[in-house]
Amino acid sequence: MATSTVPGPGAPATLVGKAAYEVDDRLIVAGPVRRTLNKVFPDHWSFLLGEIALYSFIMLLLSGTYLTFFYDASMKEIVYEGSYSALRGIEMSAAYESTLDISFDVRGGLFIRQMHHWAALLFVASIVVHLLRIFFTGAYRRPRETNWFIGVALLVLAMLEGFAGYTLPDDLLSGTGLRIFSAVFLSIPVIGTWIYFTVFGGDFPGELIIGRLYILHVLIIPAVLLALIALHLLILVKQKHTQFPGAGRTEHNVVGNRLFPTFAAKATGLLFIVFGVLAALGGLVQINPIWQMGPYNPAQVSAGSQPDWYIGFVDGGSRIFPPWEIDLWGYHIPPVLWGALGIPGIMFTLLMLYPIIERKLTGDTASHHLLQRPRDVPVRTSLGAMAITAYLVLFISGGNDVIAERFDISLNAMTWAGRIGFLVLPPIAYWATYRLCLGLEQHDREVLEHGIETGVIRRLPSGEFIEVHQPLGPVDEHGHGMLAYGGASVPKKMNQVGGARRAIRGFFKPIEEPAAVQLEAEQEARGLESEQSHRQLTGSGRPSEGGRPSEGGRPSEGGKPQQEPRA
Amino acid sequence: MTTTDPRPGSAGGADEAGQLHGGPDDDYSPEQLAAMDRTELDRLGARLDGVEILHVEPAAPIGSALDKKNTRLVTLWFALAGLLSLAFVVVFLGSGWFLPSWEWRIESGTWQSLYTPLLGATMGGALIAIGIALVLYVKKLLPHETAVQDKHDGSHFDRVTTGATLMGGLDSSGLPRRKLLVGVLGMMSLAFGAMLVSLLGGFIKNPNKGNPLGTTPWAEGVRLLRDDGTPIRPGDQQPGSLATVFPAVEGGDRAYDAAVMLIRLRPEQIETLVPAAGREDFAFGDYVAYSKVCTHAGCPVSLYEQETSRILCPCHQSQFDVTQGARPVFGPATRSLPQLPIALDEEGYFVARGDFPEPIGPSFWNIGRLN
Repeated sequence: MATSTVPGPGAPATLVGKAAYEVDDRLIVAGPVRRTLNKVFPDHWSFLLGEIALYSFIMLLLSGTYLTFFYDASMKEIVYEGSYSALRGIEMSAAYESTLDISFDVRGGLFIRQMHHWAALLFVASIVVHLLRIFFTGAYRRPRETNWFIGVALLVLAMLEGFAGYTLPDDLLSGTGLRIFSAVFLSIPVIGTWIYFTVFGGDFPGELIIGRLYILHVLIIPAVLLALIALHLLILVKQKHTQFPGAGRTEHNVVGNRLFPTFAAKATGLLFIVFGVLAALGGLVQINPIWQMGPYNPAQVSAGSQPDWYIGFVDGGSRIFPPWEIDLWGYHIPPVLWGALGIPGIMFTLLMLYPIIERKLTGDTASHHLLQRPRDVPVRTSLGAMAITAYLVLFISGGNDVIAERFDISLNAMTWAGRIGFLVLPPIAYWATYRLCLGLEQHDREVLEHGIETGVIRRLPSGEFIEVHQPLGPVDEHGHGMLAYGGASVPKKMNQVGGARRAIRGFFKPIEEPAAVQLEAEQEARGLESEQSHRQLTGSGRPSEGGRPSEGGRPSEGGKPQQEPRA
Repeated sequence: MTTTDPRPGSAGGADEAGQLHGGPDDDYSPEQLAAMDRTELDRLGARLDGVEILHVEPAAPIGSALDKKNTRLVTLWFALAGLLSLAFVVVFLGSGWFLPSWEWRIESGTWQSLYTPLLGATMGGALIAIGIALVLYVKKLLPHETAVQDKHDGSHFDRVTTGATLMGGLDSSGLPRRKLLVGVLGMMSLAFGAMLVSLLGGFIKNPNKGNPLGTTPWAEGVRLLRDDGTPIRPGDQQPGSLATVFPAVEGGDRAYDAAVMLIRLRPEQIETLVPAAGREDFAFGDYVAYSKVCTHAGCPVSLYEQETSRILCPCHQSQFDVTQGARPVFGPATRSLPQLPIALDEEGYFVARGDFPEPIGPSFWNIGRLN
């Protein structure tokens, strides 16, 4: 083999190198691989939220596949004779029996089942938090509307997938949820009963629904989710990431780490941490103990029945919607329709269309790759706060019976609080958030104009006391800062501009000696001076981060403290 | 014709040196590349990909005290991950072998209760330790590099040339000119789509055939049975109590629409009893029977508070007053719980005098139009 290799400049000498040449001779991948390795990813903690969703999804696929080897999606009635003595001799479906077997008779089965459930909860939760990050920073603006639509579709699908999943055990809790779901189908005008009979293959519950939900849960919805996630990521790679404004960051570049090795190692680290947290939850924190309530029985229900958290707001909507049934000459439109379908329907429609609505309202049709700080877009931020408030009222109302019981509050008072709160609280949240945004904006401008408060009080000859302010950049003849606000966070403490030692660590009480921090700061200062030329060239980021650009960069390019506040 | 590829490093395969790709291969000869060191090559490739390395803050020098400390830290976390993984294997496989059995039973002891938590703690701990080790590796052992990559908008050249190819293809197909063909194609597509969609027809069931939504297993003379299958006489129940009863038919205790609450009212409740219009004779003495299926979303209404005569549905907190014909008095429900007319048979047991006079359970579109 070695003799057939043509010697020449650049010829690989090592075994690995030769193997790599063999591969590239056949697949021609060196170019694309290099482009991938060189891809730059911006660095901010909030960009990891979507990754958490992705890793939860991978965990769902892995643990879910494991469970399919033991689960039996059959509604055949059998008499339980398994290991859990409390349920022996009770009639139940084969689906419920196999779920009990996974929990009691499969080695590690309970661990995997609970991990799967926790992963589902985290999957939806991380999608929601990721969506909020995208919303509040304006990352969905052109050209990323498509990915916003895909993201909202993923959220809806994830919720349906979760609902199908927790119905599969066919225990009392999931059966009750399914019964409510059937009532929601029934409430649809004109075709409701047809949909209901079509879904259940006859009258509720029939003998088909678990099998149908199973194939939806393990094949159809996951396939669509997988395809949409792939598309989501493909578009993301194609369009490149957004980034927060900061020194050196423009609409036409991405500043951060290359994929290899930094970003890849960090992302893999996060994957392991997400998996680890899910495994720890799956083993240590019990979830959905299906054996406690027994098999589904349409005549039984348990007080305090709660769905998984992401369905809670639908339940809340059904609870607080007033008893208004429309009767049109014998044709009825029941209130379930509005509470369980209308509110979520309006919510997701508005969410989906928001990029279009905002574009119409603002007339902003330009491409945006730099993110906005929520305070800089008060109307959007306040709308978001309003939506979150309405959602939270519904969510809390979804558990109003539990709250009423635990805190000894009248249940009816909780319902009324939900009804009134749903109408009254969102506008208040809008107003408060709007004021908060304006206040924060104003304070940013104030610091840019007058400088950072140093805490040094000076007494003027006239007897007046003033606080000395540290300007962030050049000042005009009146002593006012000349820096314009650039959309990035403005340093507001002296230690953020290297003008004071860093804060002493410790939350309730200091955990380190102030003298040691002082010493460290002095050493760092010496190190900084020797590196000063380098720093000038890169001109980015906080000195405390070694000159790397960060979210907390200086307010504008080239804006540097002109005078260090030295005593 | 040769049997080896003459390009440097090639292990053979091509019969002739083909034309090189062009681009960078034309600009940089193998000799030039061979003269560069690894960093230069890295930067060169990066530049080709639109990436500029702005700044590299090197990690602590190898062999320095800081480097040794950091290496020790990362190594420790990896070692911890290894130990925890091993612990998982020991717990997972060792249980029932050299450790006590893992199989949890109601009467089991500590090890069985700890088995699943131990699995979670060891596997979770191992995974988290690997994650922490990787993050520490990046933070403490890798140089901190700041790179900037150009972002390009769409290329006008690409748009124009792609458009030309597409439109050229459409043009040569002649479709824009062949109106009849296009028209037939459109109709064919609709019919074809309809054919595929019609397959879904297999799912559709008619909800109005035999009135399944308007009827239940209850009928005249059907006995009321407890869940253990025994019939009920007046006097079996204490005043103020509630029993869930089922029709004495095959599968009656499993039917979703059959469960009925048989309530014996207390004397003071009877004083305030206001039966629904036309249903004054549905009760039997101090007994009333209502459907247990909530008219809001179909949950079994279960919680009976006899002091207030209210029945509460635990799903959405609808409340019904049993002395007022089970009229909804709070919450989202809109219709009264349907009342079952009851009487005694010749043996003195409770029987139904017929089916419910109206559909039970949640409302639907044509609920007022059945029959």
